Amino acid sequence: MKDAFGLPQSLLVLGGTSEIALATARRLVARRARTVWLAGRPSPALEEAAGSLRALGADVRTVAFDALDPESHETALGKVFAEGDIDLVLLAFGVPGDQAHDERDPVRAVRVAQTNYTGAVSAGLVAARALQAQGHGSLVVLSSVAGERPRRADFIYGSSKAGLDAFAHGLGDALHGTGVHVMVVRPGTVRTARTAGRAAAPLDTTPGAVAAAIELGLRRRSETVWVPGLLRPVMSALRHAPRSLYRRLPL
Amino acid sequence: MGDTVTGMSEDTVSVARLVRPRSYEEAAAAVRDSGARGTLPGGPGRAYGDAARNAGGAVLDLTGLDRVHVVDADEGIVLCDAGVPLHRLAGVLLPLGWLPPVMTGDRGVTVGGAIAADLHGRDHHVSGSFCRQVLSLEMLTADGEVRTVTPDTELFEATAGGMGLTGIVLTATFRLLPVETPYLTVDTERAADLDALLARMAEGDHRHRYAAARIDLTGRGTATGRGVLVRADHTPLDALDGPGGLRDRGTRAWRRLQALRPRPLHQRAAVAGDVWYRAAPRARTGEIRRLSGFFHPLDGTQQWGRQWAQQWSRPYGRGGGLVRYRFALGHGREEALHRVVGRLTALPGPTLPAVLQHLGDAGTGWLSFPLPGWSLTVDLPAALPGLAVLLDELDAEVAASGGRVALAGDGRLRPDLLDTMYPRAAGFRALRARCDPRGVFTSDLARRLGL
Ligand SMILES: Cc1cc2nc3c(=O)[nH]c(=O)nc-3n(C[C@H](O)[C@H](O)[C@H](O)COP(=O)(O)OP(=O)(O)OC[C@H]3O[C@@H](n4cnc5c(N)ncnc54)[C@H](O)[C@@H]3O)c2cc1C
Ligand SMILES: NC(=O)c1ccc[n+]([C@@H]2O[C@H](COP(=O)([O-])OP(=O)(O)OC[C@H]3O[C@@H](n4cnc5c(N)ncnc54)[C@H](OP(=O)(O)O)[C@@H]3O)[C@@H](O)[C@H]2O)c1
Repeated sequence: MKDAFGLPQSLLVLGGTSEIALATARRLVARRARTVWLAGRPSPALEEAAGSLRALGADVRTVAFDALDPESHETALGKVFAEGDIDLVLLAFGVPGDQAHDERDPVRAVRVAQTNYTGAVSAGLVAARALQAQGHGSLVVLSSVAGERPRRADFIYGSSKAGLDAFAHGLGDALHGTGVHVMVVRPGTVRTARTAGRAAAPLDTTPGAVAAAIELGLRRRSETVWVPGLLRPVMSALRHAPRSLYRRLPL
Repeated sequence: MGDTVTGMSEDTVSVARLVRPRSYEEAAAAVRDSGARGTLPGGPGRAYGDAARNAGGAVLDLTGLDRVHVVDADEGIVLCDAGVPLHRLAGVLLPLGWLPPVMTGDRGVTVGGAIAADLHGRDHHVSGSFCRQVLSLEMLTADGEVRTVTPDTELFEATAGGMGLTGIVLTATFRLLPVETPYLTVDTERAADLDALLARMAEGDHRHRYAAARIDLTGRGTATGRGVLVRADHTPLDALDGPGGLRDRGTRAWRRLQALRPRPLHQRAAVAGDVWYRAAPRARTGEIRRLSGFFHPLDGTQQWGRQWAQQWSRPYGRGGGLVRYRFALGHGREEALHRVVGRLTALPGPTLPAVLQHLGDAGTGWLSFPLPGWSLTVDLPAALPGLAVLLDELDAEVAASGGRVALAGDGRLRPDLLDTMYPRAAGFRALRARCDPRGVFTSDLARRLGL
């Protein structure tokens, strides 16, 4: 059960090795979280992630979950909810893809869309139904600024996040009044292993900052959270920039 | 989906199906039909915290069962339904010269809620909490049976303060408090700091039926813990009517009595900050006040509290409403009390006053809150930065000093401290496992604290 500050006691991470998700889990374990489920493709990294949270005192279990296999979602996640209430589901899986390569390899491009979008549609609906039956809980979805307005540099990934973002917002409206809260998190570039190659930019953020924003958003029951917060006005300006200009911006 | 059941402070949101039985049979049917997420007895659910919520399950609103069955006006005993609000009972009883055994600032509290929280009033140091006056209960238990429960049983002791988790109280028979008039004689005095306040309370509270102090949390430095102490007794008839009484003397007090009318809310509502402290008389004795004005100085608190919370939280952003923090510390733990008041005083912004009062002997309830010593209550906006962590630290301080946090109104206590604060919690769990193996009765509070 979440407490009066929106802090969860139990948590299910979809994408159990995600750096952002693990930073969030560490933060929440330091507060109230005692039970953590890490769902992901079985790997030593997944077990290592579980171990790192166990070291902080949490009761951690892993469960096999593949975003690309929607048929299995009902069973995999059903097993978790059958063991007890989940206060927070963190939908964190996603792949950035390789834009230049994927533009020439449609099958790989589709896998980006299937992971980030259709995989999330399936997992999101399964989680939402379980939360609704509980009558409480939050579903936190890691979207991205990239979904706000597609960029030349990564529109395959961007379009998958745009779809995810629209889906999650709609789901939030559908669940309004059921006790279930859906929060869409839109980080800018987060300094993680997967973005290590990119040049640092002023609005870059860190997994820890995303975790802090998630904790605050839970207390406020926010519906959309930008990290850093400054991205909200910046993106609202960019959204309306004329296309000819936008195309030439170094984004 | 059913109606939303949210508490007064809207701190977390959880949704349950609201069932409003109109007969005991309907209540029994609801318990029998209870689904996987159980059933919880509850009144209108305006409480702070999550004791009156049951996410995904059913909440049985018992305010439809609100008959006063028998009043024995000679002995001062009443038998009534659990859904009867105490303030309505007071209205029925007062003309007969009686009052419910405990009255508090929570205007809507029902008899069932008073038993479930083992309600304590500002007269706890004199007469203990609600369940001490209970002679018997009729309870609907998990097996769908209605049984009579008397004070010498385990089920009674688990139910007193048991937050609705042992079954549904359908009716209660309890002793009343005799009163001669609907008035209170009130003494008010100011104390310049916490030591002065504690000294005066220790010295004089036992001479009065009601005693409580409001501590000004904006008082810093040497003014830390300054407060206004209000003590009161029921005004005896001869003080009004007898020879040499107020009427006889045609005194100013009598004329004021005649003029006593409820004042508009804005005059009564405590003004945030220290204005109320400065406005309080340095010392005044013998003021006559109406009962209702004394017990419910903040009628409409719910609305007002919410507005106030919004205002106070504004600089820190949205969200969270008010969090109630109520704890008890034993006699001899005044050092710890000092430290807690010191930390609350350091909070930024204007604050509502904290309420300090004496507690008398503990009752027999396993999860009953009062223990002999002091209790302090404060309402804080959840949006205050760092509040969650601060309250955790205060919990540790309270637990280490043998104290406890009240479950009624709580929405945030750390589960691992529960058994330290309530040593009989293990017995409570065992009794629940025995009497309610299917877990019919449950609540968000029970889920959060692992009760
Ligand atoms: C402004 C305010 C001031 C307060 N002041 C005090 C105070 O001075 N002293 C004090 O002790 N408490 C105080 N409280 C706490 C309050 O009295 C308790 O929360 C009380 O239980 C509320 O009762 P209710 O009838 O409103 O029940 P609800 O809020 O609906 O339910 C409260 C609990 O009682 C249980 N319950 C209700 N009816 C029944 C029943 N028929 N059978 C079994 N269980 C039942 C519910 O399951 C739940 O756990 C205050 C609360 C507020 C909001
Ligand atoms: N990093 C950023 O700059 C940034 C910015 C904005 C938004 N985001 C979004 O935030 C989320 C987390 O980002 P991150 O940086 O923490 O990512 P990360 O460390 O790369 O983790 C991605 C996670 O997704 C999982 N995953 C990938 N494909 C999967 C599949 N088919 N089935 C199940 N799991 C799969 C990975 O599991 P495996 O271990 O099995 O590969 C991994 O746990 C992602 O959705 C990302 O798009 C990231």
